[in-house]
Amino acid sequence: MSDDDNAYLGLAEAHEGDEAHWAFGTGFEDPLHGTDTALPPGVDGQALAARCLALGDDALVLAQRLAQWCTRAPELEEELALANIGLDLLGQTRLLYTRAGQADGSGRSEDDFAYLRDADAFRNVRLAELPNGDFAHCVARLLVLSTWRLAVFEGPTTAADPVLAAVAAKGIKELAYHRLYAAEWTVRLGDGTEESHRRMQQALDAVAPYLDELYAAEDVRGQVEAVLRQVADSAGLVLPGTAGLPGSGRDGEHTEHLAPLLAELQSVARANPGATW
Amino acid sequence: MTTAAAEPAAPPDPLQQHFDDTIARDHRVEPRDWMPEGYRRTLVRQIAQHAHSEIIGMQPEGDWITRAPSLRRKAILFAKVQDEAGHGLYLYSAAETLGADRADLTRRLIEGRQKYSSIFNYPADTFADVGVIGWFVDGAAICNQVPLCRSSYGPYARAMVRVCKEESFHQRQGYELLLTMMRGTEGQRAMVQNAVDRWWWPSLMMFGPPDGDSPNSAQSTAWKIKRHSNDELRQRFVDMTVPQAERLGVTLPDPELRWNEERGSHDFGTPDWTELQRVISGDGPRNAERVSRRRAAHEEGTWVREAAAAHAAKQAERREEAATSRSVACPR
Repeated sequence: MSDDDNAYLGLAEAHEGDEAHWAFGTGFEDPLHGTDTALPPGVDGQALAARCLALGDDALVLAQRLAQWCTRAPELEEELALANIGLDLLGQTRLLYTRAGQADGSGRSEDDFAYLRDADAFRNVRLAELPNGDFAHCVARLLVLSTWRLAVFEGPTTAADPVLAAVAAKGIKELAYHRLYAAEWTVRLGDGTEESHRRMQQALDAVAPYLDELYAAEDVRGQVEAVLRQVADSAGLVLPGTAGLPGSGRDGEHTEHLAPLLAELQSVARANPGATW
Repeated sequence: MTTAAAEPAAPPDPLQQHFDDTIARDHRVEPRDWMPEGYRRTLVRQIAQHAHSEIIGMQPEGDWITRAPSLRRKAILFAKVQDEAGHGLYLYSAAETLGADRADLTRRLIEGRQKYSSIFNYPADTFADVGVIGWFVDGAAICNQVPLCRSSYGPYARAMVRVCKEESFHQRQGYELLLTMMRGTEGQRAMVQNAVDRWWWPSLMMFGPPDGDSPNSAQSTAWKIKRHSNDELRQRFVDMTVPQAERLGVTLPDPELRWNEERGSHDFGTPDWTELQRVISGDGPRNAERVSRRRAAHEEGTWVREAAAAHAAKQAERREEAATSRSVACPR
């Protein structure tokens, strides 16, 4: 065992200031490569920052819920898929937060936004923050949020800022997969057994009251409803026409579930002021 | 049968002969090849244990994903734990090439009938543990597994190539976290030293009992499943880790640890083998919790797996019906 161990032996070397130097390749694509990060003329920096922050908050909070599934998924393939989706959303969060800090002129970092704000400053939609529930609830939430977010990213409203447009272009590919994953499971569970059908219907019933909040935040009701109806039909499920709950996470109005979620997320960062990670 | 004793020695079994030649020539045994039952059993046991270790090993670190103190560290850790699930998946697949069944192996794990690496029965108390696990535990895993890339069973050896590349990546990430923390606050440095103190001895135990006490080693070595003895690998690990600890600025908690000029290696103290026995036999700090978490996930997922199977069966039935009605509609 000589050559094979070079990766290990070289561990302490070639590190200083060279974080990209790993044992086996780097190969990370920079989604903002070649994108001009200067604020285009005529774009309201504060409004752009607020938009990036809201879309970033949706992604971070949902990624946190998906991370809570880790080691608890019904099958290893689902373990991998849910982590994959969580990682995609985390990646979107980081780019959006960084853009928010540039656009509002504050120069705040992704970690400032993630770790140093309290629940009332978060602007995510409330559906993202609800507790996980069973796997059917995981699938129903993912189906709705990925369909909605995909429609937003595909729409015209992300085009005004080149950075947001680049984030959306990357996100579209990811979200199309998230939506496919959720749609396939909705059909499997809707069609599978009596129990899975019952659970999947309950999960759709549970997310229904949060749909209006999504459409109020982003005007993509038509596209989203068409997709949801198609999936529900294929699954033999009913998309309930429940009235929406009043209030919106976009205005800082949250359920009681967000504060504990953030307390966990921020616990280590806040317990070690001045630390570098 | 009754006259066998009277006859001259039977000519060597050509299948056994072919297997022995394959091993002797350092060629790979592939799933389609004949192999002795003991070889198959040993491999299934080892690969299953390895797969279980990956899956159970997700738990101590996985619990820190939601609390990682920066988004970059969160993404790195999330991806690492996902990699472990992937390793588990392709190791179970390698076991299936030997006729084992993933569901059956999972049942054996959650019923406590098959083991996993003792190291994952220790708790990960602080975020520094994430770094130390990457450095020590993934490092020890690399020491153990790099030689397995040349293991005689083809699918296992090939799985190990990919696993080792990813483990190596994880180890670097762990070490880089520790370097960063050591450049941070006094509290962070103390956190790192504390984690090193807790993980050092259990990491040395990852190589298994001392050679004199390792009952399965001789046969595994003859079959070239295993390439180095437990003590050789342990020594190797110590020798590689000591300079890294110096570079990092931490102290390894072993007063007997010193360079031996004559041997060209480090002398080191003896791990507490009774502790290893205790942890292996199920009485470590987190054994019950690890297995019960895995069992709960499996049991809570039963209805999902049943639904997927039922849907697949219905789909197959529908396809068949459609095919039948087509052939009725257009008779040849």
